[in-house]
Amino acid sequence: MTDTLLVGIDGSEGGARAADFAAQRAKESQARLVVAYVIEWSPYSFNTPQENEVRHKRREEEISRAESDVVGPVLESLKNQGVEATGVVRHGHAADVLSHLAKEEKVNQVFIGRRGLTKMQALLFGSTAGTLVQISPVPVTVIP
Amino acid sequence: MKKLLAAFLTALLWAPASWAQDSTEMAISLDEQINQAISPVTDVIAGVIFYSVPVNDEIAIPVIVVWLVVAALFATIYFNFISVRAFGHAVELVKGDYSDPKDAGEVSHFQALATALSGTVGLGNIAGVAIAVSIGGPGATFWMILAGFLGMSLKFAECTLGVKYRNEYADGSVSGGPMYYLSKGLAEKGMGGLGKVLAVFFAICCIAGSLGGGNMFQANQSFQQFVNVTGGADSFMADKGWLFGLIVAALVGVVIIGGIQSIAKVTEKVVPFMAVIYCSAALIIIVMNIDQVPSAIGAIIGGAFNPEGVAGGAIGALIQGFRRAAFSNEAGIGSASIAHSAVRTKEPITEGLVALHEPFIDTVVICTMTALVIVITGTYTAGGGMSGVELTSLAFESAFSWFPYILAVAVILFAFSTMLSWSYYGAKCWTYLFGESRSMDLLFKLIFCIFVVIGASMNLGPVIDFSDSAIFAMSIANIIGLYILFPVVKQELTSYWSRLKSGEIKKYAASESGA
Repeated sequence: MTDTLLVGIDGSEGGARAADFAAQRAKESQARLVVAYVIEWSPYSFNTPQENEVRHKRREEEISRAESDVVGPVLESLKNQGVEATGVVRHGHAADVLSHLAKEEKVNQVFIGRRGLTKMQALLFGSTAGTLVQISPVPVTVIP
Repeated sequence: MKKLLAAFLTALLWAPASWAQDSTEMAISLDEQINQAISPVTDVIAGVIFYSVPVNDEIAIPVIVVWLVVAALFATIYFNFISVRAFGHAVELVKGDYSDPKDAGEVSHFQALATALSGTVGLGNIAGVAIAVSIGGPGATFWMILAGFLGMSLKFAECTLGVKYRNEYADGSVSGGPMYYLSKGLAEKGMGGLGKVLAVFFAICCIAGSLGGGNMFQANQSFQQFVNVTGGADSFMADKGWLFGLIVAALVGVVIIGGIQSIAKVTEKVVPFMAVIYCSAALIIIVMNIDQVPSAIGAIIGGAFNPEGVAGGAIGALIQGFRRAAFSNEAGIGSASIAHSAVRTKEPITEGLVALHEPFIDTVVICTMTALVIVITGTYTAGGGMSGVELTSLAFESAFSWFPYILAVAVILFAFSTMLSWSYYGAKCWTYLFGESRSMDLLFKLIFCIFVVIGASMNLGPVIDFSDSAIFAMSIANIIGLYILFPVVKQELTSYWSRLKSGEIKKYAASESGA
């Protein structure tokens, strides 16, 4: 059975480095690669009725934009490198969604970039990589 | 429809015309002129809606209050105390335990509830309770809590129907509320004609309600509190309600006409914190006076059945309690159904169950806290004819001298968010009547802004009369429809409940909720 690797990207350089790193590993081990992009969203936010009314439409727009602008180009370049890859776009909290995807796709290893936050920044804004390391069901590789 | 619009505009134009007549008397302030021009109209409307049947020499029972109470009681019994037996399940629904992770990014149960609550929790909870206690005595609190509890079942039914009969458009946006379930639901029952009439009547009343309770009352009481904290009668603003109204109207206009959603977003995020601050302060006062709580509860229960010095005795207290509860939690009024309809769910009943929490949080929790603070601090007897937000402010001030300032900020923010929600409800009904066009939408929003100024300028008396009448009038059409559609809700409930019990409807594992 071939291995499955999961990489989380966010459109940043760190995410791109993680995708490159994961692509190398996938090539070496003939593994399948899942490229995930998480749109930050919480079911517990406070919205105006106007926002709620058009929420469904906005969600579709957000997903199609993420697919075409962020995930699409990465998948394209992976295909050129000969790596078998699929893309996923989900709403939610990045670390939670990646950990959930790892289970759902029976992933062997997760790759993620980091933002290089200071202690203070991580305390204030939360670190996706830091949280994922704590909750992931499989080994996590954090790419600097 | 054109005729309707013409009638409405004539009414609107009539008001300024009569100001012009008054303006010859330069001696009186602009606020008084506005008051004098509008209050005869509101008096007539209030007289019709609050048509009362005299019981004895002292007291008359308003038919509309009985109408609401009977419906709430009927719903509670008909759905077999759904408010009690589904309370826990509703908490799980709000938490998202039953939400499909694939729907992440759609409107969640929590968001729909929070949005509806921001329209409901407002000055009704702060000022309305003070009105109830100052007129009906502490006993009014008991009836208010009871009305809140009964209202839960009514809210459950109307929000289920709101989702079930909403319109979903090709672009994925949704529109729901009583006007849709009245017209579509009754048509299913072969009463299409009646449904249409009720839907139109509801929409007209909802427009008035959005201008009254959702606007004038909010503007009026936030101005009152603003004057309170800036020096009372000596305040530079004391006689300038119209100016305060203009400023608020400009802010409201910027959001609803200018489409500056960022202001609305900030408000939506700050208001929950204000609610927490308000409730915490109330709790602290209650805990500080914990030794007086038993006697306060005694006064509330004793006053409910055998009040002293309340006009009309127990019935007088009951009417005040029920009236202010309905005004605050809007159960049976139909308004919240418009906000709840935006949720993403396959089962309309789930949103109904979530909506159970709305009267609970609004009335059983928040209103009760306000009432306890007023009763414990005893300000309702020492208030010297004070009512509304002034009385609540005085009660909090007796514990924390600086609290009126916080309250002023909270009141203005609550008022603002309630106005934004109600402008949405009103606009939905307006476009339902006159068609979805940008110019119609704009026209309503302009009228809405004008009413902010009118509301801030007038005295509390006529404002509350008009606000009450408009809000209660919404319940006439809504509740007729609810009686006809209750069996539909029951069918949905029975089917959902049996699937839930059999395990067909399962929780998604906590880790899979995706958030």
